[in-house]
Amino acid sequence: MNYVDIIKNGIVKENPTFVLMLGMCPTLATTTSAMNGMSMGLATMAVLICTNFVISCLKSVTPDKVRIPVFIVVIAAFVTILQLVIKAYLPDIDAALGLFIPLIVVNCIILGRAEAFAAKNSPVASLFDGIGIGLGFTIGLTLLGICREFLGSGSIFGLTLLPETYNILLFVLPPGAFIMLGFLIAIVNKIRG
Amino acid sequence: MKKLESSLTNMVLVLTGVAVIMGGILAYVNHLTEGPISLQKEKALADGIKTVMVCNDLVVAKTDEVKQNDAKGKEITFTIYQIKDAQGQDLGAAVESTTGGFGGDLKVLVGFDPEGNILGYTLLEHAETPGLGAKADAWFQRGQKGDIIGKNPAEPLTVSKDGGQVDAITASTITSRAFLLAVNNAYKAYKATPVE
Amino acid sequence: MEYILIFISAIFVNNIILSQFLGICPFLGVSKKIDTSLGMSAAVAFVMTLATVVTWLVQTYVLNAFGLQYLQTIAFILVIAALVQMVEIILKKVSPALYQALGIFLPLITTNCAVLGVAILVIQKDFNLLQSLVYAFSTAVGFGLALTVFAGMREQLELVNVPKGMRGMAIVMLSAGLLSLAFMGFSGVDGGLRVLFGLD
Repeated sequence: MNYVDIIKNGIVKENPTFVLMLGMCPTLATTTSAMNGMSMGLATMAVLICTNFVISCLKSVTPDKVRIPVFIVVIAAFVTILQLVIKAYLPDIDAALGLFIPLIVVNCIILGRAEAFAAKNSPVASLFDGIGIGLGFTIGLTLLGICREFLGSGSIFGLTLLPETYNILLFVLPPGAFIMLGFLIAIVNKIRG
Repeated sequence: MKKLESSLTNMVLVLTGVAVIMGGILAYVNHLTEGPISLQKEKALADGIKTVMVCNDLVVAKTDEVKQNDAKGKEITFTIYQIKDAQGQDLGAAVESTTGGFGGDLKVLVGFDPEGNILGYTLLEHAETPGLGAKADAWFQRGQKGDIIGKNPAEPLTVSKDGGQVDAITASTITSRAFLLAVNNAYKAYKATPVE
Repeated sequence: MEYILIFISAIFVNNIILSQFLGICPFLGVSKKIDTSLGMSAAVAFVMTLATVVTWLVQTYVLNAFGLQYLQTIAFILVIAALVQMVEIILKKVSPALYQALGIFLPLITTNCAVLGVAILVIQKDFNLLQSLVYAFSTAVGFGLALTVFAGMREQLELVNVPKGMRGMAIVMLSAGLLSLAFMGFSGVDGGLRVLFGLD
């Protein structure tokens, strides 16, 4: 399998945010700023790469009936490792992403990819799938984060571009997340024709 | 490669095996990160204290937990950090105080000098509305509209609506009142604690 | 009084879906019809309340007692997965009709971030067992409310002319945004209730 194709697939054809519509919870919750959205995307990608790889390695020794619990244990372990590392070395990200770091464990993308790809493909291919889908997710989140931050706080990645009077507070609040994502999906739909 | 068949023995063995191995890796990572994690917690607190005391060269001489009853008789716990400078001179104290805000608990860290004048403050935790009550982290700072720096809560601070000296945040009276209550309570707790 | 505050706050002021963003996947996936929404809400209410109680006990008597807090994520998700399995098995035996009605929703509850989210939240908020139970149940009611109201909205959406580019998920997201906006009207109600009940 062409590894570059696998990555491209994850970013475009099977983009988790705009096509598969998976992982909506962190997508809406952590995109109040571009930085937060990108951090969440990268954190999820880190877990996805590890879990895809390990699960693919384990697929031949895992009896079919017990595969979901096994997947869950692997995913939960890697999420906890990520939690501990972030708490120890990246406290700002810990504060920004909060509850959503442990919630990566129930992010439908991770379990979904484990079932749909890692359980059926080679470890290396699964690793690249993790990278591709992870990048697709990160791009989706960062894009949403940029839009919300720009309209809501007048800045992008913390760089203030608009004076405070132009800030539309709605976009950094929950309704704004839904509305902005709705518009982005509409735009993506239009582009895809 | 053919998958292992789903016999009960295989299932239990594999699940337990995976659990044990992952658990082992996890315990190891936990061990590695325990130190840095508590270091981060200490640093966050130390940074907060330095900010509210407006001073970098300080030592937390003593930490007290003080319980006081508020106006309704409910018991609140305050954490008081007695601060001294490098020469052992009393610099005052940083006090953690919690009240009920508009959206949830409002937790403030206030720095007092030995006379009880406010040196600085920072919001530790809040659930106030962004753009409204959440402005409390900046509104009451030095030079801002609700400046309380330098004021002494021996005479409890109140918003102008209640006849006081402090300008409340526009359209956020409840948050402003809760904030000042937290500061006043912090002062009372500080004054009730003997200095070493 | 305090429990009424938790109840109202969890349903309206800090609605788990519309302001805390937990449980979005079932919110978008299941809310096409009102009766499936009600079924899912009932299943979630049951699992969420039960799971929160069990995970609270695990946290207090196992994880905290042995200093194993870092195992929280693994322990909690395994408890939830096991509970869902158990509920499925019991329901199949006790009430096959209900089991049929709920269908595929039951296993999906395992990956419902709202269930794990609430289990973790009650530990973070330092609730005791009774508060956790009330909070979990109230959150589930809030979940059901948002889900059912939204299903009503979507059933209406089926009957109107949506512009071509907006069809599908786009208009659904916009509608959810409007519902979330409406619920924002409840903010501050819990602060007012605290004063009313003299809890402050």
